[in-house]
Amino acid sequence: MLSLKEKDRPIVGKLLCAGCCVRCVLRFCCVGTCSAYRRSYELLAFISEESSPQPHDASGEEKTDEPPNKRLRIDEGSTEGSVTAAQTDSDICPVCLGVLQDFCDPTFAKQVSDAVKNQQYEFDSLVLTVSLPAQLSVREHSCWLHVKKEIREKSMCLGKEDVIQVKDAFKWAVQGKIGQELGAAVLANVSSSCEVSVGFMHPETEEDCHFLANTCPDCFKPTKNKASIFTRMAVVKALEKISEEKFSRHYPCPPKKTNTRCTALDTTCLHTSVFIAGRYNKFSRELPQTPWVIDGERRMEGSVEELIAAPLLSSFRADGRPFAVELLNPHRAKFNRTEIKQLQETINQSSDKIRVRDLQIVTREATSRMKEGEEEKTKTYSALIWTQKAIESTDLEFLANIKDLKIAQKTPLRVLHRRPLAVRPRLIHSMSSIYLDRHHFTLKLCTQAGTYIKEFVHGDFGRTKPNLCDLMKTNADILELDVESVDIDWPPAIPD
Amino acid sequence: MEDSEKKAPSVIDRYFTRWYRTDLKGKSCEDHCILQHSNRICVITLAESHPILQNGRKIKNINYQISDGCSRLKNKVSGKSKRGGQFLTEFAPLCRITCTDEQEYTIFSCIRGRLLEVNEAILNKPDLLLEKPSTEGYIAVILPKFEEKSKSVTEGLLTREQYEEVLTKRNQQEEPC
Repeated sequence: MLSLKEKDRPIVGKLLCAGCCVRCVLRFCCVGTCSAYRRSYELLAFISEESSPQPHDASGEEKTDEPPNKRLRIDEGSTEGSVTAAQTDSDICPVCLGVLQDFCDPTFAKQVSDAVKNQQYEFDSLVLTVSLPAQLSVREHSCWLHVKKEIREKSMCLGKEDVIQVKDAFKWAVQGKIGQELGAAVLANVSSSCEVSVGFMHPETEEDCHFLANTCPDCFKPTKNKASIFTRMAVVKALEKISEEKFSRHYPCPPKKTNTRCTALDTTCLHTSVFIAGRYNKFSRELPQTPWVIDGERRMEGSVEELIAAPLLSSFRADGRPFAVELLNPHRAKFNRTEIKQLQETINQSSDKIRVRDLQIVTREATSRMKEGEEEKTKTYSALIWTQKAIESTDLEFLANIKDLKIAQKTPLRVLHRRPLAVRPRLIHSMSSIYLDRHHFTLKLCTQAGTYIKEFVHGDFGRTKPNLCDLMKTNADILELDVESVDIDWPPAIPD
Repeated sequence: MEDSEKKAPSVIDRYFTRWYRTDLKGKSCEDHCILQHSNRICVITLAESHPILQNGRKIKNINYQISDGCSRLKNKVSGKSKRGGQFLTEFAPLCRITCTDEQEYTIFSCIRGRLLEVNEAILNKPDLLLEKPSTEGYIAVILPKFEEKSKSVTEGLLTREQYEEVLTKRNQQEEPC
């Protein structure tokens, strides 16, 4: 049961003299068992055993351990006479600044859990992240240097990396209680879960880091806003670079005690994004894909994006265009098959202008497959063409003989406000036509993905070359455009 | 469907608004037409009343080098925000066109903004400018300066109706162009 051994005694003694809390002592003794950090009054008993050569009292665990406490106080050489409850140290630990003391109590864990509950997230598992003020690294380093000799005497192969980090000790201490309160498993890494962030700050000691800017100036980059240059990463880097001797000259080892402990920042939650994909068909020519807003003014009501994203529902039948929606920071992420089908129904019933099918939750990686399709795959379109000159059906025959026509398209004027100016080489794989009358015909095209069909037809001020006007030697315009198919087999079809 | 010569609205009719500037720099009849897209991008073209397009004139030369230090051909923009485009004021020259009768005309920007591109096709085929001044014979594409209100770009420009009034007045006064 005892994590601490005889050989830890010199380390324990030195740390207690410096005013370290119980959990920090365990950390520097490289105790790696999570359970050891959970209950402080047990720990105090262990520590008091170690710090005193007297045999321990077998029944001493549950009592408010006055004698051990007094022994502790004597060892510390503190002048404070009053004895406090065994569970709390009245002195703030100069290394963790209280993070591993009162903040490891069940009351704080409950506070964190309540904050999460208030934000109304639904999840089965969560990840706990802790952010500590940068100066804690400085104090940690100082304490390490203070007991380095004793640690090496305990075992030559121990280094700073073997000392348990404050973050880990804190998580081990509180995650059980938090998991219990929230009814969720606390995981070590982020998969599909909720991230609960607990942060601490300590304004009193913010200047602890400042000497590093003088000793290791190249570690600190100037920041654009008024943000502090003493980021955690920069401080850690500087501590790796600075020599022991230089550090000890600028900073006391062990670190000095403080008057205040850390303050906790508000607990925040963030759920990883959920991706929903499906296929849609658009049945109205007056519906834009995305909301059409110019200078803050809405030009046309509704859009495919809004119809799908707002409710998020489904439909049946026919090939449609694949789409994916990223839902940021969802408060709820788990839906079963039936619920997804229900969502699909709601979308389809909300408007007769679109129909969605194969709605499903997918991973972020899967969406990049869809984007690949934009580059590599082909698309088939059907367009209603008007020609200025009168045509006969024989005039259209040559179109069927054109294979893999290379065209160069400058960024169309109609999208130039939001795309970079460039020339895009594209291929028109094949075409076929259906004669309608002397000035109209239907043109079917199979093109490389990314081809601007409208501009291929009317030429876009001659900025797409060659274009249909050149081929047919007349002014031409496009009156209607339909997507026939998008030749990509994603997302997987969902049987009804 | 009926036979139609040009019944359906053209690309320009669908996407653009026509604006005009007449008698540029006090020079009689040197009229420009600015095609403003619904996304605020503007295409500068010659108005149908411009002298270059009258009386069967032919073009001898088109020059985008407007000064020793500045050639519109060297214009380069990059990225979505079109950084690097030459900045233009209303009277910034875009190019100089010399006709076979030695008449020289300067084409101006007419709006404040960033030059996106000039039409290089007319360098090789000046007839494009004569045959299709409103489409393939365009002069330049400009991203206007004012983004908050596309309306303020067109301050000082004439609408189609106002332009037609100017033309009517000219005909009455019988000004030669």
